[in-house]
Amino acid sequence: MKAEAPNKIIKERNDYILIKQESKNRSIKCDSDSIAGSVSQRACVYCGARVVLNPITDAWHIVHGPIGCASYTWDIRGSLSSGPEIYRNSFSTDLGEEEVIFGGEKKLERSIDEIIKANRDNPPPVIFVYATCIIGVIGDDIEAVCKKVQTKHNIKVVPVKSPGFAGNKSAGYKAACNALLELMDKNTSNMGSNSLNILGDFNLAGEMWIIKKYLSLFNINVCSQFTGDSRCRDIKKAASARLNIVQCAGSMTYLAKKMRALYGIPFINVSFFGVEDTKESLLKIADVMCGEDTVKKVYFYLRKMEKEANERLKKYKCRLAGKKAAIYVGGGFKAISLVKQFKSLGIKTVVVGTQTGKKEEYESMGDLTDAGTVILDDSNPFELEKFIVKTGAHILVGGVKERPLAYKLGIAFCDHNHERKHPLAGFEGAVNFAKEIDSSINSPVWNLLGAGQQ
Amino acid sequence: MDRNYVNLTVNPCKMCMPMGMVAALKGISGSMVILHGSQGCSTYIRRHMATHYNEPVDIASSSLTEQGTVFGGSENLKKAIYNVIGLYEPSVIGIGTTCLAETIGEDTARMVKEMKTDPSLKSISLIPISTPGYAGTQFEGYFNALKAIVEDTAVITGKSRALNVIVPLLSPADIRHLKLILEMFGIEYIMLPDISDTLDAPYTREYKRIPKGGTALSSIARMPGAMATLEIGTTIPEKLSPGKFLKDKFGVPLYRCPLPMGIEGTDTLISLLAEFSGRKVPHMITEQRGRLMDSMIDSHKYNSEFSAAVYGEPELVLGILNICLENGIGLRLAATGCKSPLLKPAVENLEEKFKNNLSVMTDTDFEKIQKFVAGCHVDVLIGNSDGKWIEEKEGIPLVRIGFPIHDRIGGQRLLSICYEGTMRLLDEITNTYLSFKESTYRKRMYQKYFN
Repeated sequence: MKAEAPNKIIKERNDYILIKQESKNRSIKCDSDSIAGSVSQRACVYCGARVVLNPITDAWHIVHGPIGCASYTWDIRGSLSSGPEIYRNSFSTDLGEEEVIFGGEKKLERSIDEIIKANRDNPPPVIFVYATCIIGVIGDDIEAVCKKVQTKHNIKVVPVKSPGFAGNKSAGYKAACNALLELMDKNTSNMGSNSLNILGDFNLAGEMWIIKKYLSLFNINVCSQFTGDSRCRDIKKAASARLNIVQCAGSMTYLAKKMRALYGIPFINVSFFGVEDTKESLLKIADVMCGEDTVKKVYFYLRKMEKEANERLKKYKCRLAGKKAAIYVGGGFKAISLVKQFKSLGIKTVVVGTQTGKKEEYESMGDLTDAGTVILDDSNPFELEKFIVKTGAHILVGGVKERPLAYKLGIAFCDHNHERKHPLAGFEGAVNFAKEIDSSINSPVWNLLGAGQQ
Repeated sequence: MDRNYVNLTVNPCKMCMPMGMVAALKGISGSMVILHGSQGCSTYIRRHMATHYNEPVDIASSSLTEQGTVFGGSENLKKAIYNVIGLYEPSVIGIGTTCLAETIGEDTARMVKEMKTDPSLKSISLIPISTPGYAGTQFEGYFNALKAIVEDTAVITGKSRALNVIVPLLSPADIRHLKLILEMFGIEYIMLPDISDTLDAPYTREYKRIPKGGTALSSIARMPGAMATLEIGTTIPEKLSPGKFLKDKFGVPLYRCPLPMGIEGTDTLISLLAEFSGRKVPHMITEQRGRLMDSMIDSHKYNSEFSAAVYGEPELVLGILNICLENGIGLRLAATGCKSPLLKPAVENLEEKFKNNLSVMTDTDFEKIQKFVAGCHVDVLIGNSDGKWIEEKEGIPLVRIGFPIHDRIGGQRLLSICYEGTMRLLDEITNTYLSFKESTYRKRMYQKYFN
């Protein structure tokens, strides 16, 4: 082994980078472990599990391990609740040296005993116990502990197998989905049901509520929400739905497939980002769920909404035409929606990448973009910087980790991750998005950058 | 331990050791950090720091997976080092361990030693630092890293006129201010660490992956030859003290002073600097002191009307206590998530002097702090953004200071030390109370006295 050539992309990383050609594109490598020292933007298995389960508002989320994992994930996401707020707390068994040597099972059990004792009047409907790195190596049998306390206290205690090193973030999604499956009542029938489950929306700034409002206009009931603003009792009855609609495909396709196999519930992919995707998704849902009359009603409603939104988008389109965008987000579905959304605003996507995209998703990105577009899997600050500079992108869409890089490079930024505090979904979200892009790209601050500099 | 739950930490008032280690390393010139462990540790810490400093905080990981965890992670670590060198061209790489690496028994020091035999790595300093997340908080991680760097780098050199200045985790603005004061005294100094530019870099046309600034390793090498070490902080455990190490191993005289916060705290520092430099206190500093004194007189009556609770890293907590107590703010609580055996006696001393009915909690969590402040009369919270939950739930306004501040902008620019910073922080605290008073007193008086 020796040092890589200085100031060059890591050789091994080249397979994960694709420059779109006019024809004959090779396929991109993806869905594998991050390369040591590449400064990946991904987090770990625990992170994947935590982001999926955390929005369940009445659950107690106990992080079993040393303090860091719990400390850095305390109430940092913008998932809103219509009621309970217990999920906004951070619970940790806070293991120290002693437990690392002698095991943490006893402490875990005692911690749950304490919770039950302190909350006799309002016992937790469910406790999730997340296994962190340490638990994976010191050999704590958290499944056994969960089973034991579950019987002892007659409450649901679900282990989440998420030691940080046991795969990448996608493995954490799967661990979370398995925990959700364990929570569902198995003996429910969905015969004659007219409700659906929403999978892969986390109710950031009320986005779940926006989607539900659309559905309620067409008399479609929502059975369970995975997992934005959901409660334990809703998740329990999920098997009684007629259809699963999947938005965040990266985290929820596994669950949808499992539910199809176990309960015969079909699923369709949807996206509520952008006018076009919102309209198409609602029509798709209506086709499955509604009678002919209602479908017609849906169609007229959507035409009206589309017209209104487009009217409001007009002024932004004028101000944004001809700009270039770079996208680096968590999952493929969002990246694809963003490319389309930018296109509708007259903005060309010149860089697009994700932390955990799948092969088919990267192919879609290739289909939607022009030759020369850079497609990236599991990228890092070095590559983002190189390609942003090379392509002359005017804005980067990403999460808060990417924000300072964009600003240091002197370009605009849009936060499309879980920490934002305004909705970007649905028709109103599409307008918010354009407004946000405009407010950053066309800020007067950029005009000053060259001034006064030698 | 001061917690309501014995086996559970609820809403932690602390972070882990690698966090402190990264903060220390970011103050070393030309440095990069690798955390030996799974990918999440580095990414979480990056996110936490990036939202506070509003700067790119690049941290590499050896990205241990199951394979590395079972069969050893040396190949991963080697690969990480070579890749980081290619991407960042650092002159120093700090290699911190994580819970995972320590638990599976990774001998990072040996791995690094082996790597040093590679001639292509000759010009790069690789510094292994043991920071298992479960063995302490960011406070211990920070000093552990500083001590490891000094141990690794300091060599016997000729005597110099320089003063070693070792600082706890302050804001970049604080460090800039401290440097300015040292310069006003004409003192040649070696500041360890120096995050003044690295974590608050000016905008430049050309982006630098490793920002300029930070303490040069060559300066740290010369620390044993300094005329003295000034270690700012009185709660640093002896075994983690870089100043103590320099004294024991090289006989560098060690002076310790509290964080220069408040009149007395700053006086202590300024008189030490006057002594070191053999100069009179510069006029500008005397003016600043006078202005602070004037501002304290202006606000003392308002400050006597309310009470506060303070939490955070032990050193900062003590500094803030000094500011509050000196000006008659009623203090109810001093709390830290660290074990910090030195904080309790220090607070008890202050309590003896000021008789404030002040409680102290160490190794505590926000659940305990919340119950405490809700149960006694507290008007203002002072600490980092993690108190926002209590602010929201109990309706007690929070003055943000320390790390992390991720729900407000400008944490890196907060100046809170010496006369100037004390004045700003005290004004902020007073104004937080006044804003409450001004917006509620009409209604309160009406409710109390009308009819």
